[in-house]
Amino acid sequence: MNQFYTTTDHFVLIPAIMLALFGCAILLFDFLVFPDPRQRKYLLFFVILGEVFAGFGLWRQQAYLSANGLNEIEAFRGSLTMDGFAIFFNWIFIAATLIVAIVSYKYLEVEGEHHGEYYGLMLFAQCGMFFLASGTDLVTLFIGLELMALAFYVMVGFLRTDKRSNEAAIKYLLLGAFSSGFLVYGFSLMYGISGSTKLGVISEAIAARAPLDPLVFLALATTSVGLLFKISAVPFHMWAPDVYEGAPTTVTAYLSVASKAASIAFLVRIFMGPLASAREAWEPILSAVAVATMTIGNLAAINQNNIKRLLAYSSISHAGYMLLGLIAGNSTGLKGIAVYVMVYTFMNLGAFLVVVALRRKGILGEDVEDLAGLMQKSPGYAVLMLIFLLSLAGIPPTAGFLGKYYIFLSLIETHHYTLAVIATLYVAVAIYYYFRMVRSMFARDLTEAAPLSTSFGLRVALGVTGALTLAIGVYPEPFLRIAQSSLFPQ
Amino acid sequence: MDEHLLSLVLFTPLAGLLVLLFIPSRQKELIKIWANVASFAGFLISLPLVSRFDKGAHAPVFQFVERANWIPSLGAQYLIGIDGISLLLIMLTTVIGFIAILSSWNAIHDRLKEYYCMFLLLQVGMLGVFMSLDFFLFYVFWELVLVPMYFIIAVWGGPRKLYAAIKFFLYTLAGSVLMLLGILTLYFQYEKQFGTYTFEIAELMKLSLPLGLQQWVFWAFFLGFAIKVPMFPFHTWLPDAHVEAPTAGSVILASVLLKMGTYGFIRFSLPLLPKASVNATIVQILAVLSIIGILYGALVSLMQQDWKKLVAYSSVSHLGFCTLGIFAMNPNGLAGSVVQQINHGISTGMLFLIIGVVYERRHTREIAEYGGLAHVMPKYAVIFAIAMLSSAGLPLLNGFVGEFTILQGAFEANRAWAAFAVTGVIFGAAYLLWLYQRTMLGQITNGKNLHLPDLSTREMALFLPLIAWAIWIGVYPKPYFDLLEKPVQQIVERVRPGYYQGAGALAHGVHAGTQGASAR
Repeated sequence: MNQFYTTTDHFVLIPAIMLALFGCAILLFDFLVFPDPRQRKYLLFFVILGEVFAGFGLWRQQAYLSANGLNEIEAFRGSLTMDGFAIFFNWIFIAATLIVAIVSYKYLEVEGEHHGEYYGLMLFAQCGMFFLASGTDLVTLFIGLELMALAFYVMVGFLRTDKRSNEAAIKYLLLGAFSSGFLVYGFSLMYGISGSTKLGVISEAIAARAPLDPLVFLALATTSVGLLFKISAVPFHMWAPDVYEGAPTTVTAYLSVASKAASIAFLVRIFMGPLASAREAWEPILSAVAVATMTIGNLAAINQNNIKRLLAYSSISHAGYMLLGLIAGNSTGLKGIAVYVMVYTFMNLGAFLVVVALRRKGILGEDVEDLAGLMQKSPGYAVLMLIFLLSLAGIPPTAGFLGKYYIFLSLIETHHYTLAVIATLYVAVAIYYYFRMVRSMFARDLTEAAPLSTSFGLRVALGVTGALTLAIGVYPEPFLRIAQSSLFPQ
Repeated sequence: MDEHLLSLVLFTPLAGLLVLLFIPSRQKELIKIWANVASFAGFLISLPLVSRFDKGAHAPVFQFVERANWIPSLGAQYLIGIDGISLLLIMLTTVIGFIAILSSWNAIHDRLKEYYCMFLLLQVGMLGVFMSLDFFLFYVFWELVLVPMYFIIAVWGGPRKLYAAIKFFLYTLAGSVLMLLGILTLYFQYEKQFGTYTFEIAELMKLSLPLGLQQWVFWAFFLGFAIKVPMFPFHTWLPDAHVEAPTAGSVILASVLLKMGTYGFIRFSLPLLPKASVNATIVQILAVLSIIGILYGALVSLMQQDWKKLVAYSSVSHLGFCTLGIFAMNPNGLAGSVVQQINHGISTGMLFLIIGVVYERRHTREIAEYGGLAHVMPKYAVIFAIAMLSSAGLPLLNGFVGEFTILQGAFEANRAWAAFAVTGVIFGAAYLLWLYQRTMLGQITNGKNLHLPDLSTREMALFLPLIAWAIWIGVYPKPYFDLLEKPVQQIVERVRPGYYQGAGALAHGVHAGTQGASAR
């Protein structure tokens, strides 16, 4: 019983081990085997291989769960739990990492900062996400969060000679550290309440107290600050536009999708776990936060001329929608979060990929005006971007509609009618700023004839994200089954 | 063949679009020819719907029904089928769709491929709206329509096209997302009462909901549909969209797109929410809004300097009749409303085409720029006269049949409504006749108009089918009312149970209206 590292522990940990191993391998090979910068794109194969191994481990866990009719596998005496929820989110991380990795080499070459450690950092960040999605112990979760965040601090500042990138990294680091402080403070209070770091034990200890118990409330408030910062919810959203704008576009894409998905998974674990019994206390707070997040995200996006900033505000507003699923909190709402995260991953990545293609030697390509006449120049890219934007806005028959559908339905089922009306009306606001880009692409004349910077990887990634964005919208059944499997055991 | 006929009609434009994608953009003639062929094929394929539609006394209300599982975990199905009401609107869509595409032959010169793709996509969306018997499917098609229409206005429109396009999009989207909440409420209530999830309209009709909830859902639906119609005070997007849209866009917008709103009221609001629909307050509000629409639209039309804007506002007025007919909640009102929707599609479609003809020649829509055109364009003047008179409701032409039946229904419901609505008819005649007088009659005052060519054969081909249709409805509307009798009866019985058992009510039924109208 007291064995330190059991076979079950190993079985559960394999994906993380693979990611860490291949991450280290990338760092080594970068120095020893590929001294020539032009060879660095071969490091991409290590990423792909690492993901294949991690995915294989994950697939075996999934097969094990369904073969034995289990809901979860516990490892490290309850510090890690592999359940449908964790597996679902890990698939999302794998997809996001792969898609971002295969478009990065060309982009980094254009930026003139193509270094091997970039790929290593991506895998380390993903390793942190693994622990965020599957951790059921405060310490494990915190280490996962910091591992992910540290990798991102470096990646955000990856353009060493670019002022904006440096500024973004510093801002992200300072604010991120600050929010982590709050989070740890909240964790320490939870530990104080329960005498344990295991989420299960904490849940029972908090449930034994009154929901509006001051100590519980204090723990709730401080934990929320840390969590809401990570998903860039208002009023802790200020970092997002600056960081999104300054970071290399591929990193922005990765940050906006994978980091947000991991943080949402973390948030759901905490709020539906230890804090579930304090719903009475947090529901009004989160409702206010969600409304404020949608309001600020949508209204501030209207006036942005920089696409990355615009998408930053749009991603803030999406965080608001995801929070609504948590506020509803029934199985529709949680399934809605899963569906939302899934479709958001593909549509938001897709939109950023088009921005990646706009960056060419000597052309920043980040303004809405830079999209002008894209339809005449590269109709394929323009149509794909249109699909992504329609999906982000939630217009059927694209994937984004399905995410919103579940969120709205869960709000109606739990009688949150006011929130539902507010959330739906912001769809109409959102269409305005998404369509500023559409207008630029389709109705304006071409201003910049230089061809888009494209690569095989980018075309594949765009094809995959575009096809999925449409496929999930037109024939969602298989994807909904996958999301169903993620349902959090309550 | 029969069992998939409706799908064939629905997807013919889509197939045309897919082929069109593979034609290189340089092949302008080929693109035009293919788009016309595809849309004409769409019309031809829809003809068997009419011939095979079973009008017998024991025929099912919904025919050509096709059902397939689409998203089982949501309970959404691919479920399509048509009754008399949808049949008429589908025929209107395929006819007007073809005519709109044909009318673009010389009007559009750049980005042809995208232009025709958008029209074919629009066609799929509109046909889907009129066929869907599943609310989820309906909503998908309903939203699908917005995107191509946005592009048609925003890319090929007039000087303020971007403003008009986004205004159209935002207005209608805001309405339809609120409608979505209403749909989801019904969906959720069904699950609560029956334990399964479904979007099927026939199933949702089994719900028994308290009046209060029905009212909320009714207003959610109302916003979606009323903005589309558009009813006063949600009409402000319409003049902008019409004025800026290219001719073919205006034709589709007025003739078919607006009918999606009135169709929504008839197909969804009334049968699904019968208690709210007959609620005295709601009926009063809607009737008053309709009457305001009729009068306001007509009065504003009188004041317009811009030819296209005048016709746009006349749409507000005419659609006011349609909604008034619906909320009269009796067979005459409903049947008249549907017939009037078709009529409006025909006559307003013609009026927009007529504007397109002179706009292509003169590139202005100022009424003051014209005058005395009858001297140089005699054929054009005759066709304009017929279109104008059909829109104004001259007996023996289509407009009269619809307006008369609606007024009959309104009179039966509330005499004051009929009295106000009749003044709308008078104003309608006034602005249309005045428009005709200012543009067509008198001496040619503007030298630029001296040598305008008359209608070409292609242009004549646009108008002749519509004129023939207008005269058919005007002279012999019985087939139309026969087609509408059963669905209308079903709706009236749904909202006012026992209506047909009422003392002698049957005598005032649809047939009375038919005979009354055709006897003139």
